[in-house]
Amino acid sequence: MHATELAIAVAVRLESLRPAADQSNGFSFPPINTILRWKDVVPGINKVVLIGIAAALIGTVVFLLALRQDGRKAPRGVRNLAEIVVEFVERNIIMETMGRSGLGWTPFLLSMFVFIFICNIPGIIPFIQMPATARMGLPAFLALMVWVVFNATGIKHQGLFGYFKNVLFPPGVPKALYILVTPIELISTLVVRPFSLAVRLFANMLAGHLLLVIFALLTASLIQAQTNQFLLVPVGLLPFALLMFLTAFEILVAFLQAYIFTVLTAVYIGGATHPEH
Amino acid sequence: MEALTRIASAGARAAAAAGEFTAAEAKANAAAQMAGLAYGLAAIGPGVGIGMIFGKAIEAMARQPESAGMVRTTMFLGVAFTEALALIGFVAFILLKFA
Repeated sequence: MHATELAIAVAVRLESLRPAADQSNGFSFPPINTILRWKDVVPGINKVVLIGIAAALIGTVVFLLALRQDGRKAPRGVRNLAEIVVEFVERNIIMETMGRSGLGWTPFLLSMFVFIFICNIPGIIPFIQMPATARMGLPAFLALMVWVVFNATGIKHQGLFGYFKNVLFPPGVPKALYILVTPIELISTLVVRPFSLAVRLFANMLAGHLLLVIFALLTASLIQAQTNQFLLVPVGLLPFALLMFLTAFEILVAFLQAYIFTVLTAVYIGGATHPEH
Repeated sequence: MEALTRIASAGARAAAAAGEFTAAEAKANAAAQMAGLAYGLAAIGPGVGIGMIFGKAIEAMARQPESAGMVRTTMFLGVAFTEALALIGFVAFILLKFA
């Protein structure tokens, strides 16, 4: 009880200090809506939607341009890029998770990988600086699509009964354990999979975006400091250096999240196609 | 955990009683104070887990460099699953702090 009262006293003291801190030229984080919510250009279409549309168009145009070249000659220009991406998806995503029989899924997984990557990368492009996947709508829709696709694949390959039998009663488990295993498998396959897929992409991109915002604001407020300038202005270089490092790091994150999303999709589809015996 | 929640809500009530905030504002303040703690707690387990995954993967790759490709794919899968827990904590942080 004594500890509680002490904590209350501390909390009240901290609260009473807060307005004083706000009146000076201190650093304060803006409300989240000014960072993430954009004005509609046309009703229903804002910056995030425009980035999404642009990502779909850029991916389509690059691969159509690559398709127009003669495949028997040595690849030039944009076809080099397209071949690198296709080879990456085939070798490092499909062959590692589904094996040779999964190569038919290349178009689906390739377009998914390219779309997510081009949606992520505007997070570090100057003057755009907003990953389209940092709003929940896009990842949620993608995850829902993956959920429909892998369940439909499982039902197509194993039949409705066979698929749910393999999901709910995985073979090789002692009979008595099914009381425990079946509810866990039901929740993890049908609820947790799409949820974690969507949240992973969304939260990674949002966290990266917020980090960049925080260090950019910190740099700006230190360099424009009104008091103790001889000390604060040079110190402003430190968050600037970290900002540069994080921007480079965000390229890695944008790629890695597209890769992980696609690999997990491949794993789920592969698991639904060929159940473990 | 329960004690901490009680402290935070008691602090909020005290601030409200002092007339500085309305009850809703005080509740939002308490939630914002708990948000950092929630994320910190959520990051402990995945931090240990990801460290272990990378460590074991490096060990495996050093022992058998020819299996590096397979190990790397599986490693990223494991990291993705482990990381999800920390990210759910981060979403809880955003919801507590801003929603």
